[in-house]
Amino acid sequence: MITFILNNQLIQTDKPAGKSLLDFIRYKADLPGTKIGCREGDCGACTVLEGQLNGKEVIYKSIVSCLTPLGNAHGKHIVTIEGINMKHLSPIQNAMVENAATQCGFCTPGFVMSFTGLAMAKIKPDKKMTIASVSGNICRCTGYKSIEKAADNITTVYKDKNVERPVEWLVQNKFLPDYFLNIPNRLAEIKDSEKSINPATRIIGGGTDLMVQKPDEIYESELNLFFNRAELKSIKIDNNCCIIGAAATASDLMQSKILCDIIPELKDFFKLISSEPIRNMGTIAGNIMNASPIADLSIFFIALNSNIHLNDGKNKRIFPLKDFFLAYKKLNIKKGEYVESLSFPIPDRGFLFNFEKVSKRTYLDIASVNTAIYLRLSGENMIECSISAGGISPIPLFLKQTSEYLTGKQITNGAIIKANTIMQEEIAPISDIRGNAEYKRLLLRQLLFAHFIKLFPKKISLKELVS
Amino acid sequence: MKNIDSISHVTGKSVYLDDIPVQKGTLNGAIFASSVAHGKISHLDYSKAEKISGVERIFSYKDIPGKNQIGGIIEDETLFAENEVHYQGQPILLVIAKSEYIARKALSLIEVKFDEYEVITDPRVAQEKGQLLFPPRTFKLGNTDDAWSKCEYIFEGKVENGGQEHLYIETQGSYAYPIDNGSLRIHSSTQGATLVQKMIARILDLPMHRIEIDVARLGGAFGGKEDQATAFACMVSLAAFILQKPVKIALNRHDDMRMTGKRHPYSSDFRIGLSKDLKILAFKATMYQNGGAASDLSPAIMERTLFHSTNAYFIPNTEVTVYSCKTNLPPNTAFRGFGAPQGMFVIESAIAKAACQLNISPIIIQEKNFLKEKDEFQFGQIAENVNIGKCYEISKKTYNLDLLEKQVKEFNTKNIDFKKGVSLMPICFGISFTKTPMNQARALVHIYQDGSIGISTGAIEMGQAVNTKMVQVAASVFSINTERIKIESTNTTRVANTSPTAASSGADLNGNALRIACITLLGRLIDTAAKILNCNSSEIEIKDEHVFRNNQKTEIYWEKLIETAFLDRVCLTENGHYATPIIYFDKTKEKGHPFAYHVYGTAITSVTLDCIRGTYEVDDVKIVHDFGNSMNTIIDRGQVEGAVVQGIGWMTMEELSYDKAGKLMSNSLSTYKVPDIYSAPKNIEIIALETKGPELAILRSKAVGEPPLMYGIGAFFALQKAIKAFNPKYKIDFEAPLTPEKVLMRLYQC
Repeated sequence: MITFILNNQLIQTDKPAGKSLLDFIRYKADLPGTKIGCREGDCGACTVLEGQLNGKEVIYKSIVSCLTPLGNAHGKHIVTIEGINMKHLSPIQNAMVENAATQCGFCTPGFVMSFTGLAMAKIKPDKKMTIASVSGNICRCTGYKSIEKAADNITTVYKDKNVERPVEWLVQNKFLPDYFLNIPNRLAEIKDSEKSINPATRIIGGGTDLMVQKPDEIYESELNLFFNRAELKSIKIDNNCCIIGAAATASDLMQSKILCDIIPELKDFFKLISSEPIRNMGTIAGNIMNASPIADLSIFFIALNSNIHLNDGKNKRIFPLKDFFLAYKKLNIKKGEYVESLSFPIPDRGFLFNFEKVSKRTYLDIASVNTAIYLRLSGENMIECSISAGGISPIPLFLKQTSEYLTGKQITNGAIIKANTIMQEEIAPISDIRGNAEYKRLLLRQLLFAHFIKLFPKKISLKELVS
Repeated sequence: MKNIDSISHVTGKSVYLDDIPVQKGTLNGAIFASSVAHGKISHLDYSKAEKISGVERIFSYKDIPGKNQIGGIIEDETLFAENEVHYQGQPILLVIAKSEYIARKALSLIEVKFDEYEVITDPRVAQEKGQLLFPPRTFKLGNTDDAWSKCEYIFEGKVENGGQEHLYIETQGSYAYPIDNGSLRIHSSTQGATLVQKMIARILDLPMHRIEIDVARLGGAFGGKEDQATAFACMVSLAAFILQKPVKIALNRHDDMRMTGKRHPYSSDFRIGLSKDLKILAFKATMYQNGGAASDLSPAIMERTLFHSTNAYFIPNTEVTVYSCKTNLPPNTAFRGFGAPQGMFVIESAIAKAACQLNISPIIIQEKNFLKEKDEFQFGQIAENVNIGKCYEISKKTYNLDLLEKQVKEFNTKNIDFKKGVSLMPICFGISFTKTPMNQARALVHIYQDGSIGISTGAIEMGQAVNTKMVQVAASVFSINTERIKIESTNTTRVANTSPTAASSGADLNGNALRIACITLLGRLIDTAAKILNCNSSEIEIKDEHVFRNNQKTEIYWEKLIETAFLDRVCLTENGHYATPIIYFDKTKEKGHPFAYHVYGTAITSVTLDCIRGTYEVDDVKIVHDFGNSMNTIIDRGQVEGAVVQGIGWMTMEELSYDKAGKLMSNSLSTYKVPDIYSAPKNIEIIALETKGPELAILRSKAVGEPPLMYGIGAFFALQKAIKAFNPKYKIDFEAPLTPEKVLMRLYQC
């Protein structure tokens, strides 16, 4: 029995765990305010909020309901537009009306839910954050300027927000109906679902890939739901290694103090990865298991010399992530094994790291080419260098020869130009929807240059590199 | 006044097609479509699919009682393929089942084989092989052949523009169910209720009066639901009529993208000749329109390309020819701008090419050639109330164009990793359907006994707030509060023989019809008031919900007046009819006066290019726009902003990609990218040109839906300049969209 609270109503359903939450909301619960736009998490029209009990409070996040397997809703508070409607408009709804931020109106509930999700976070959002909260919402009518104005108005309302008890503050300030106050108690009454791992069933995390690729298959399958497993979500340091649980989401990574201390620019890098609701859902293991040659997290963690931890219930295998990818969509994983975690050695102070990604659209898009670099210096010399790149080979690639060549070299324009020559031998891009092979070669060269121009602006210049 | 739907939009209460509560036993449909782009169906067996539990019936063309034909302008498009298929995604069968899931399952059990034929996707190849949808047309002014010898400079070039997916967030859909007397009611997400009605009648061999179409609102359309909604409405109607059960289709996004047509890609050649003082003396262009597999609206779109091929310029010797080429792609269709953007892109490219070769700013050529009062368009209409010069002057002064160009130059001298570019994009867009008979509309007004008002028009609400404008029109005539007025759904039983809500003309045509109806009713109410007050009607006025006699407020308020009129058996219902005066067009001569008026404006676009990565941002779009006397500034500005961003999308990131076999590769939102909030320009400024507005515009407020889309073309030329600033070896070319891929390749072109 999947049990959750939908708006103000307790739901107990025996519908399949792989049914899309969106279909349940619209066609079983008859709540048509949540819209169907694309069913692949790329438009945000179906955005709802997912509240999870954490101690005595509920933490809310925006998610796309089209890609959420119904089973992942178990034990949660799911909020649709109907669930925040009151007799009067909320300040968010009001700002949308006042600024004419709605035209055809079809995307509007999604925008309202994304803004509301941010309002519920334990922060005082500024305008930039408010706009970032709708990074996963597409509007085809307004051109967004009126939505930006609405975001501006909404932000000003947060001046006296109580960041410790946001839900209470939002209820007091008429953002939310008062039934929200009792949700923590009601969620506490819902028992955890069955938790044993049955290796014969299909594992699913956030659903952000499988629900796009094989929705009918997921609907029909018995599922092994990883997303809600607390034991697979932790991010910790052990023995000078950072260990990230398989079910940690991209948002968990962004919000992890441990990771942000190691890589201070992590938040900026991760903004290039999909959108807010997708980051709230997509897990690190899911991104890696997808085996996409342009998976952002694979590229990111290969450069950090990460290891992957596999488990089949009895035995564990630990080996470098870069060796996990054997051929196009072929992984070094046996039947019955699952990804338990990812780990990487915490580098000594003074290391450098950069992540670059170019896609047709800068945000909420799949990379044409992405690449990460990890460097450690001793004086003028690079004593450690590892570079990864995606979109230029059938697998997310560790650029072995390029990295080896640069190791021990001084940082000079000449060395980087030579590294590119080596790199071009190492890669084999193909022409596809993300770009022509010739473009991907040029782009990766440019992104290699970008790594060094960004890390060493005084020593390395575009002019020298391309002249 | 805000969009009257705003509150129901932000609370998720607005009802779209898939939100209509369905009747018990409603069936769902899934379409079996061609997987090849051109071929003969050699084998088709759906017996296994029919046997799945829950499958009600599978329909083919053989089940159509009437004509298997949905071509509107030219009858060259079947509802279901018969023996041959002409594009990937062409419907062959319709599976009707108890759920969409079952219908989809059944699709996988249908066996089909094709004898494949040669696939053509390139319009020039189609033209060479004589594959035209209909004969080409040419618009001419002066004599280009004689003019070339007088030109100091002559330049030639080739221009390519891509298509554009509409990406209305609500996909195509329709819901049909039987009603009394062997009739059908159909809810359709369409811009053209009457067109849908007519085609269903044709398919089912029924008179139109047995087909009722009802449209509440659309979740975006942009032209994509003008003609292309028809097929899906016909399909559900066929199934509902034969099965006598309710049937619904709401397309999934992938089917919508692969089955429906888009903005037309064009491939064009131009030749431009200028005098020594940079007057454009001659312009000749040949354009190859990629029409897809059937005519759809291509004849009308071709026509608008011809009408706007000289944009906002007067060129004394012009000769433009368009070929509509038959290719194996879904039939391309209407999209905001309707052929004008493609035409304007060619003339602007020609000017950019000339400027580049002469090493001057294109703005120098643009400003010397702007259209002036009484200039003749290449289609014979004499330009009146020309505002392009005024827009440009204000723009140049207020936005300090000279300084901006200078600052960009300085920035580019100082910076290597980043370059900026700035461009000027003027527009001149004619308002009216170019097919004269379509410029008519009707409106039905009921004043109820309690003083509230219900209005039906032929206009369809799709986000442009036409219903809000209708409320404003009625409220202004009656001088009453807008709360008294309700706009009903668009329904063919209340307003018949409607033109599609298109060509930016929805508010003008329907608003004028409504105004006529309201004025007639107002006359009756004034007579009633005169009778009560025992005075002459000429002494009466209705203001602020009250009757005034000789400018003195009386005791008679709106409700009282209506009640009295009703008891006095005055008719409180009126039907208004409007037909745009003056306009005509003679196709045999290709001359006439097709437009009620023109909309003008200019946009200055600035971009910043990251020369390391080939990515870019649009910094500013600074517009001076000719709204006429805008009746609703917040809504009209919203239309401008939305159109600009859509135009920029078309010129930058929105790239349709078909493989050689005619398969759409950019078939989802993960492969076809439209602007998100971060790719919108950082700043859009809009100055409204102050004019009193033309009489033929509703309340002198000019049509605003389409014209500003073409400001987006400026982004292409601004980017091109930034590329050139980084790479002097770049040989300027005109291939849109200018994606980050194309930009990077050009930045490092040797």
